[in-house]
Amino acid sequence: MESRPHDPRPPSADQPAKVIVRPGDRIFSGLAKSAGILIVVMIAAIGVFLLAQAVPSLIANKANFLFSREWVAGDPTNLSFGVLDLLLVTVFSSIFALIIAMPISLGIALFLTQYAPRRLARPFAYVIDLLAAVPSIIYGLWGAVVLAPTLEPVTGWLNSVFGWLFLFETGNVDRSIGQTIFTAGIVLAVMLLPIITAISREVFERTPTMQIEGALALGATRWEVVRTTVLPFGKAGYISASMLGLGRALGETIAVMIILATTSRTFGWSLFDGGDTIASKIARAAAEFNDPRSAGAYIAAGLVLFLLTFVVNAIARSFIVGKKEYE
Amino acid sequence: MTTTDLQRPATAPAFQHISSGRRAKNMTATVLVSAAFVIAVAPLVWLLWTVLEKGFTHVLTADWWQKSLAGLTGRQEGGGAYHAIYGTLVQGLICAVIAVPIAIMVAIYLVEYGRDSKLAKWITFTVDILSGVPSIVAALFIYALWVTTLGLPRSAFAVSLSLVLLMIPVVVRTTEELLKIVPDELREASYALGIPKWKTIVKIVVPTALSGIITGIMLAVARVMGETAPVLILVGYTQFINYDPFGGNMASLPLFMNSERLTTNEIGEARVWGAAVTLILIITVINLLATVISRLTAVKTK
Repeated sequence: MESRPHDPRPPSADQPAKVIVRPGDRIFSGLAKSAGILIVVMIAAIGVFLLAQAVPSLIANKANFLFSREWVAGDPTNLSFGVLDLLLVTVFSSIFALIIAMPISLGIALFLTQYAPRRLARPFAYVIDLLAAVPSIIYGLWGAVVLAPTLEPVTGWLNSVFGWLFLFETGNVDRSIGQTIFTAGIVLAVMLLPIITAISREVFERTPTMQIEGALALGATRWEVVRTTVLPFGKAGYISASMLGLGRALGETIAVMIILATTSRTFGWSLFDGGDTIASKIARAAAEFNDPRSAGAYIAAGLVLFLLTFVVNAIARSFIVGKKEYE
Repeated sequence: MTTTDLQRPATAPAFQHISSGRRAKNMTATVLVSAAFVIAVAPLVWLLWTVLEKGFTHVLTADWWQKSLAGLTGRQEGGGAYHAIYGTLVQGLICAVIAVPIAIMVAIYLVEYGRDSKLAKWITFTVDILSGVPSIVAALFIYALWVTTLGLPRSAFAVSLSLVLLMIPVVVRTTEELLKIVPDELREASYALGIPKWKTIVKIVVPTALSGIITGIMLAVARVMGETAPVLILVGYTQFINYDPFGGNMASLPLFMNSERLTTNEIGEARVWGAAVTLILIITVINLLATVISRLTAVKTK
């Protein structure tokens, strides 16, 4: 190392050193700041454009947008569309998927953090993450081509034994082909597993060791350790993860579009119904977006979906905001 | 000789056997929790097996990688998915080229400059919104902007733009988390040597986090490549190869699958599953590359 010329004068504390802002600093922080401003402005602008396009169609709409069940948007001079049926199918199928996925993901997250041998926990977690890497169109194909026929005996049994319950009534599409909300919900549930598991796992891993060791010292079995320390600590994170999963399920497009059979009959709260979710309806009509008025109808539906996912995600976040122990 | 009272312990021993009820509960929990894992693995194995079984033979032919479906009808065998593979890769690449610099700069602003400022809160809020936006809504966003407002035709570039919306939040989040864990001592040491802040960020902070950032980017690219909703709305399908992302229809693997799905014969079916295998292969390769690159760029700790 080359020694620098020594300056004998010590730096004086009295004179405040002049702060030098270098041009490089100014440019770089300016760039960073403008990137940030860019995305905020971009999202705001896009929101405005969307509204601007939805409003004329909503004004021209002859049906009640929120409470009508019919959807006629092909003819721009005669628009008559309502989002109710689409909204109900969207929420119904997503909640069905969530009900299946929640307990299983809880089990997986506990298995990976508390039960699996240390050495295997990582590769096992990797396997679960692989589920998230599969594109949704492949899930859709698998669901429609392979899973749906396999489920036929199960749905037949449910239909004949529990047919008195509205959930298992004979639906508005042919159950034997399996293009029903039941199949779609199961496929959605599989797609939710890695999402809910990944977040829950992270939270469960942060359970304070002191609490776990304390419970062990009191003679708790492994399950009692989980019940008394891991679950109370991770509950908020688990619920938040599930809500995020719900948000994902609400917006899932192509898998649902491939699996569900369209029908002109209205939705009747049966798992063996067909129909369309908001997302799948938009995707199905994508090729016909030729007139701005017709497209506006779908954009209005898209806005409803956007609001729905926004609210669900906000609720999800509210569970973990301000929780110091999760940070 | 009989045992006397003196030899009997005055109190019960501290360590009692676990009662059978508790043991049964513990057992049940263990079984259920392990079963949950098996239940999750079953569809993964089943799905991958289906895809490979139905599509793998198709991918092995050289034509699959070198030819498009130009001039072939749904009843004619042959042809390949070259046009779709090209589309998928190009759309993913354009998306990454646009999204990555913006996302990294945003993350740098959030961590290095804007901490707790009002703008930073707004940005975090926007990124939160974006991360929850369904892909179909992101596609509608760009449709409203690109096609109806600006009057431009549908194109592969519009698809890339909507993928940018999906990719930015993922990369911002990862980069932000990684920049946060870069130790402050490194920054301080750099400042103490009189190095300007921007150079500290470019030469010290980002390289320290680089391996993780690259992994994050690669995973995000792999994810957006499988998105189907944006391609459905923002670009038309074609059987021919189209190199121009700014004009004309362009195929991509998800779009290829979605249109061949409607050819209801064995040939169309085989093409769909072939494309599924190809898509999974591409995603796997990108994931593996991510692992390798992150190993290579990792900061040497010794």
